[in-house]
Amino acid sequence: MITTSGVATESAVTIRVDGKEVAVPEGATILDACDAAGVQTPAICYGPTLTPVNVCRVCVVELEGSRALVPSCSRAVEDAMAIHTDSERVRHSRKMVLEFLASGVDVSQADELRQWAEHYGADPDRYVPGGATMDEPVRVQDNLYIRDYDKCVLCYRCVEACGDDAQHTYAISVAGRGFGARISTEFDAPLPDSACVYCGNCVAVCPTNALQFKTEFDLRQADSWRPEDQTVTRTVCSYCGVGCNLELHVQDNQIVKCTSPDDHDVTRGNLCIKGRFGWNYV
Amino acid sequence: MADLRFGDEQPNDAELAAIGTIVSEADAATVVETERVVRGGTARRRGLRHLLLPVLHSLQHEIGWISPGGLNGAAKRLGVPPAEAYGVATFYELLRTTDPGHRDDIVHLCVDPACALAGNEELRSSLEARGAKVCESPCLGQCERAPALFVQGAGRPDRVPADDEEDFRLPQAGDSGLRVLRRVGVVDPASLDSYRDHGGYQALAAAIEMGAEAVIDAVRDSGLSGRGGAAFPTGAKWRAVADEPGPHKHVVANCDESEPGTFKDRVICERDPFAVIESMTIAGLATGAACGWIYIRGEYPRATRRLEGAIAQARAAGLLGRDAAGSGQRFDIELRRGAGAYICGEETALFNSIEGFRGEPRNKPPFPTTRGLFNQPTAVNNPETLLNVLHIATHGPDAYRSVGTERSPGTRLFCLSGRVAAPGLYEVPFGTTLGDLIDLAGGPLGSLAAVLLGGAAGAFVGPDALSMPLTLEDAREAGATLGSGVVTVFDDTADMESVVVRIAEFFRDESCGQCVPCRVGTQRQHEVLVELQASGGPLAPQRAELIDDMARAMADASICGLGHTASSAVRSAVALGLIGKSP
Repeated sequence: MITTSGVATESAVTIRVDGKEVAVPEGATILDACDAAGVQTPAICYGPTLTPVNVCRVCVVELEGSRALVPSCSRAVEDAMAIHTDSERVRHSRKMVLEFLASGVDVSQADELRQWAEHYGADPDRYVPGGATMDEPVRVQDNLYIRDYDKCVLCYRCVEACGDDAQHTYAISVAGRGFGARISTEFDAPLPDSACVYCGNCVAVCPTNALQFKTEFDLRQADSWRPEDQTVTRTVCSYCGVGCNLELHVQDNQIVKCTSPDDHDVTRGNLCIKGRFGWNYV
Repeated sequence: MADLRFGDEQPNDAELAAIGTIVSEADAATVVETERVVRGGTARRRGLRHLLLPVLHSLQHEIGWISPGGLNGAAKRLGVPPAEAYGVATFYELLRTTDPGHRDDIVHLCVDPACALAGNEELRSSLEARGAKVCESPCLGQCERAPALFVQGAGRPDRVPADDEEDFRLPQAGDSGLRVLRRVGVVDPASLDSYRDHGGYQALAAAIEMGAEAVIDAVRDSGLSGRGGAAFPTGAKWRAVADEPGPHKHVVANCDESEPGTFKDRVICERDPFAVIESMTIAGLATGAACGWIYIRGEYPRATRRLEGAIAQARAAGLLGRDAAGSGQRFDIELRRGAGAYICGEETALFNSIEGFRGEPRNKPPFPTTRGLFNQPTAVNNPETLLNVLHIATHGPDAYRSVGTERSPGTRLFCLSGRVAAPGLYEVPFGTTLGDLIDLAGGPLGSLAAVLLGGAAGAFVGPDALSMPLTLEDAREAGATLGSGVVTVFDDTADMESVVVRIAEFFRDESCGQCVPCRVGTQRQHEVLVELQASGGPLAPQRAELIDDMARAMADASICGLGHTASSAVRSAVALGLIGKSP
């Protein structure tokens, strides 16, 4: 087993997940153990290519002996931990998180989130009518991607991808505080004036479609976005010798967006502006 | 700054000068040209990033706001990405990122319960009639002399108008039972000699004599627990830091009290600043930490000046520095000002604030004792906790336990405010009943309706709780908390619905916004209470259920204590029938 820190380890930790014993390597998280136990866990801010920030709190589980619930995505396993993933407390908090998000954010294009919300019986309509929402205009500032913060759940994934976890560009940060917190460039400067290098790695990790490729946005505006009719072709980027894998999404014989597989050991889902957007010549 | 990209806006001369007071051009962050790894974000932790908040303070003070050019100048000087610097600047209440269009002082008016009871609206009207720029503020920590103001000066020093008029006298002055407060109002806070004349630095001498191990054992045996609100055993905390390997450790005095109704840190830091320095030095020597930090509220200008003065005098006298007080150990203290954020009193948020990041709490574990400030072992203590150590080091744990109860030994500070005859800071042995404490403060004014115990993060109790002994165990049993020692008294004329709506608004405003349960929960909780207030009617069953549902999720799934406690006062008010009753 090679852990994320690159250190080989033989030792295993055994914990109980819903009464079932699971052995996972030292340094693994509770989420890893849940996966190993075959227990599905909702996750919004967690991404396989990103450092866990445990802010969405939808992956919380009940840890025996802990006063509050714990985030499974970041909490490291310890021997003899006993975890409950489907207790009343866990179901309640997960439902509330999903309800809270759906009550103030446009989750119409966040398919996974909506499935989990249904699973846990979230009812976002029971809040005070006219309550606060994200209430942000769509930012269309270039031809490559758009930012629709009405759909933003503040999962920090884009900030991480732009920063320490992938691109090291630091064009965006969380600004403001509390319910008024927003993802922003400095002084909300338009993207072309910011440090953004248009790698599109933020778009790739966005779980709610708040960040969208312009091609997708335009097709959706024209009511012509049909993922079910799209084919995905995997190829290798031809610009340089790194060997990044590309997934070209094609609809009506046109490339409509380009992604990269998370599990590819060269890219881990990331690309540069050329690979991500430079396919017009095809 | 080869690796960072800045916008076109340049700092003007005044902004460059403001930045230069903290970091000169010669000391600016540099990037080695051959460096292959782009450094930013967390990788800059060990650079100049920890000076970001002081630089932003300086810009705010000299210019009146943080302009795009000023922000670029600051970010460039420190090697911080401008987007991240903007994220930090927009986090704090006292920093502005929009041009106010004037260079007038900003008058912050407290709108929290004690000041509302004391007629802050009348004060607002009279200030505005005089043309003052008034902005609403959460608790300013002056509840004993409510209604409170704090004046943020543009180009002039910040000030608290009440400081100029105050004829300070501790309510219990001369009481021989005082331990923590015994020098308050007696000693000259500006004089090291005066401090020594009143027994100062005897505890440190005793601690050096005893040695680190014995000091920690004594603190453990005394049963001292943290006075900031969480009541964690201080001895265990110090032991954990002392046992950590490695040469770099920290001691932090958390003077960021912002809990509505709390003002004890201010009184201590203003009236006995050397005691904070001395007790921190003991903590540093005992835990093996060479770096001491004081993180103090930005709204406490006089306490800040007095602590800075005390640090300078202690340093000059060799009580801080390479060989602190002849101990053979290095210990020095750096002071940092907060900039208006309740959450920065949470210890891990405080670390991020000092490090120049947004004051967002970190998930625990790892705990601060293993990975605290700059990811190094750190002991964070409240000033009241620290001052107790002086008694323990001087007189030993047995003498310390001679008052209080078995499980809550020693004395406790309480901040009395609201409808009570003599509001102020009181020190009583643990186990004193709530009623006796209020009587000590001259008794309630009017007919007592409720007491808010522990502040906004605490809970309301009714008149039947007056017989409750004030100990950690009794409070817990009663479903209440002593928290940071807040006792706000309400009589039957108080508009409790407004009070509770304001508490909910406080949490909504102060949530850092990082985790969903707290960010959205505090917002929705406030909306439900506003709706209730507007309806004038009883709390509908489905609304009561919603309040409970939100409270459980916030308490169970939030990252930090702010979310965990954001609904406790609201729920207690509903349970006591203070709000939402049938008319």
